[in-house]
Amino acid sequence: MSVHLEENIFYDGRIRMPYKWAVGKTGSFFLTQLRDHARIWGSRCPDCEMVFMPPRKNCPRCLVTDTTWVELPPRGVLETFTVVHFNEPSLQPMKPPYIYGIVKLDGADTGLTHLVNEIEPDSLWPGMRMEAVFKKANQRRGEITDLLYFRPEGGARQ
Amino acid sequence: MSQRVGIIGFGQTYHRSRRDDVNGVELINEAVRAALEDAELTIDDIDAVVIGNMDHFEAVNYVDTWSVDGSGAWMKPLIKLTTGGTTGSTLGIAGYHHTASELFDVVLVIGWEKNSESDTTGAIITCSDPIFDRFSFSGALPGLAVEASTYMKRYGITEEDAALVTVRDREHGANNPYAQLQKPVTVEEVMQSPMLSWPVKLLDICPRSDGAAAVIFAGEQKAKKLSPRPAWVLSTAVRHSHSYFGDINYEEIHTMQEAVKELYKNVGIKEPLKELDVVELYQPYSFAGLKWIEAMGLCKPGESPRLLRDKVTHMDGELPFNPSGGVICTNCIGATGLLRIGEAALQVMGRAPGRQVPDVNLALSTGFGGAYWTDLMLLGSRPW
Amino acid sequence: MTDIAIVGAAQTGYRRRIDDANFSEMVYEVTSGALADAGLSIDDIDNFITVSNDFWDGRTISSMAVQDACGSSYQGGRNVSTVEGDGTFGLLYGMMRILSGAYKTTLVVVHCKGSEGNMRQITNGMFDYIYTRPLGIEATAAAAMQARCYMDRYGLTEEDFAHVSVKNRGNARLNPHAQLAAEMTIEDVMTSKMMAAPLKIHDLSPISDGAAAVILADRNTASKLGRKPVWIKGIAHCSEAHYLGDRDLAEAPALRDAAHRAYGMAGVENPFEEIDVVELYDAYSYMEPLWLEELGFCPRGKGGELTRLGATAFDGPVPVNPSGGVLSAHAVLVAGLARVIEATLQIRGEAGERQVEGPVELALAHGINGPCGQSHCVVILGE
Ligand SMILES: [Zn+2]
Repeated sequence: MSVHLEENIFYDGRIRMPYKWAVGKTGSFFLTQLRDHARIWGSRCPDCEMVFMPPRKNCPRCLVTDTTWVELPPRGVLETFTVVHFNEPSLQPMKPPYIYGIVKLDGADTGLTHLVNEIEPDSLWPGMRMEAVFKKANQRRGEITDLLYFRPEGGARQ
Repeated sequence: MSQRVGIIGFGQTYHRSRRDDVNGVELINEAVRAALEDAELTIDDIDAVVIGNMDHFEAVNYVDTWSVDGSGAWMKPLIKLTTGGTTGSTLGIAGYHHTASELFDVVLVIGWEKNSESDTTGAIITCSDPIFDRFSFSGALPGLAVEASTYMKRYGITEEDAALVTVRDREHGANNPYAQLQKPVTVEEVMQSPMLSWPVKLLDICPRSDGAAAVIFAGEQKAKKLSPRPAWVLSTAVRHSHSYFGDINYEEIHTMQEAVKELYKNVGIKEPLKELDVVELYQPYSFAGLKWIEAMGLCKPGESPRLLRDKVTHMDGELPFNPSGGVICTNCIGATGLLRIGEAALQVMGRAPGRQVPDVNLALSTGFGGAYWTDLMLLGSRPW
Repeated sequence: MTDIAIVGAAQTGYRRRIDDANFSEMVYEVTSGALADAGLSIDDIDNFITVSNDFWDGRTISSMAVQDACGSSYQGGRNVSTVEGDGTFGLLYGMMRILSGAYKTTLVVVHCKGSEGNMRQITNGMFDYIYTRPLGIEATAAAAMQARCYMDRYGLTEEDFAHVSVKNRGNARLNPHAQLAAEMTIEDVMTSKMMAAPLKIHDLSPISDGAAAVILADRNTASKLGRKPVWIKGIAHCSEAHYLGDRDLAEAPALRDAAHRAYGMAGVENPFEEIDVVELYDAYSYMEPLWLEELGFCPRGKGGELTRLGATAFDGPVPVNPSGGVLSAHAVLVAGLARVIEATLQIRGEAGERQVEGPVELALAHGINGPCGQSHCVVILGE
């Protein structure tokens, strides 16, 4: 089709759709324990004996469902991290720069992706011991962010 | 290359209007474990995984990689397909080609949806072209209502005729413990249900469900070894032909006409009403149970109400439709087409307790979606 | 070795914004282009695979928008299906449908307009909504954690990654389809804007609009066409775990597994010796050396060295991304099929100014899905 073009028109659209995702019984136990007691639970597979964090109803490797709960300490080892500098206010939990890290809690076989804080990025190194900082009890709402972030074990290092 | 393919296992969840006790990944896992159990296999026996749903119902991008923990696809070949309402049938057909190509021997196919987690109509509306269609003739209902009214006018069909289809499928659904709606209804109840978009009333259309289905396909040798009576895939045919709802000729469903023509030719079917033994029709609303079976060549245009009144398509009739209760009783959209395939396979395998049609040699399953698209898969008791 | 050949291919130029065509028009353009390239008409195509993504397209059933444009509605309609994922997965499924004996020729067409959505929101949507999405993580922050993990494990440096960007953006200067082409120095990359440490803006692929199509044919059909067929000698795909914390991000076992099977099909024993050109999915600079290691081109941890020593350079023993790669044009989904097309052109000897030296008998193309390359597809193409 030949077109005598005067201008390219653009059409602004936005899909606004409310979602309500079911967390499921397994995740609900994890999140209510986090909210009400600041306790962290992983799941252990009876077959491969792996301890998963976050917990899974079924073992993702063996698919068995008779997994058991294992309480994990709020501390572990930093596996990797990044310092985010770009701005995306529609997503980001705080103003950049801020840090994401993957922390393997003691006794877990998989790491938890979360925020890292109370430390200068230059002082961070993989293998560093970390501990969880929780929101105050009256501010916890049954969300993964009730665990506020991880910081170096023993407290802030600026 | 290429090998014959049989279905050797089928698993499904108990479909409900909402499943608050599980998340999507866990729901998927229920169907996967049920299918593995049905085929007496473990996840180690699976060579490749195929999965799909409709993205905007749960707002998960890359459902294939997100759901690995539930699907069991960890360190396995994994692919996602999605085509709207036809997703489930598209998935089943992909399972067939995965296996028939001889690239894989045992293939796990998963369709699922948690329709409770969003606004189903709101999501479907976004299938329409954003510039020309979305503001007006959009979503599932308007097209169906136009199709129904066009059909009524042309052949003198009544709303009561259509109600017979709902009554039949709800009666059948009462036999299926997995169905979401298991309570029979009467013509009067259908007629008195709230009008949604004339002539379509609440009980004329499918519900929306949370549920998952998983079907296991195997190559000829494996299928014979693993299953006493596999359901062999005899042919598939697909027509996804339109982009705009305005392009559709609502007087016919040409995708069904074209697809059955190809499928019947592939397997040499001349008189489908006599030759087919059972049909699982992706029937999103009651009127489809009339008009579309005419398009399938079961009777002349406008004559389908007689088949309903004579109970030709009921459980004891010549060609039972939807022994499972069909889409009118359960509609977890990404799973719906695969449920048709799975239920048809059960009929061929003789493993549909409470809803078994005797001596099924040929079972046809269909998928519907998009802008009046049709998918077909024909299963048989012999590899042909 | 399979009996399937690529007999036609076409791609749009990749641009930050193609503002004079909507995506179905782009699909029409590359469909027509691939048919012309193959010397076929739409009558000759009996099977269609479209590849699209509902999030990038901003509509559910995104495949609906392109059924007319790709020709699946032609003359009463033809058999068609839709893959949602990288274009290499579309190629794979298209190929299966010929191998199954159902069809003879297949058009695989893929499109994406990155300009029309928000990349960060869309890629945040691929993470689980209970434990990960609320943190605001998206593709680049996740990739940065993988890059860090990989560096720390094997002692690679940010300069190693910068070498990849310099090489690929430099190669792109010879590719008229590329979006970003530049003569850059290591310092340019090192001093570019920090996005998510250790990744700087020149370590990132751009956001692009584009479309691509290939036509596949069985041996019988392919041998009747005038054009030299490019055979799919091996192909395989594989996915690993989803949660980043479940994975060892310094490795890509799914890629290793897919490569192993694809090599097995193609009869490749020593990829470094046998493969003449490689087109990889380098969405971020660090991915190229990491993927090369898992593809067996060098020992683990030596991917950086491979680039530094020039082994992957345009005139090196194994040119990697002579097209400029994904770092130079990244229409999501399209990018993997673009790699297949670039490899095809190299084998045909039709890559123009970006044609690498010597006969190209065997080429590797690669695509990924999911965060940090969770799922991979490896394609071995040959004469
Ligand atoms: Zn286990």
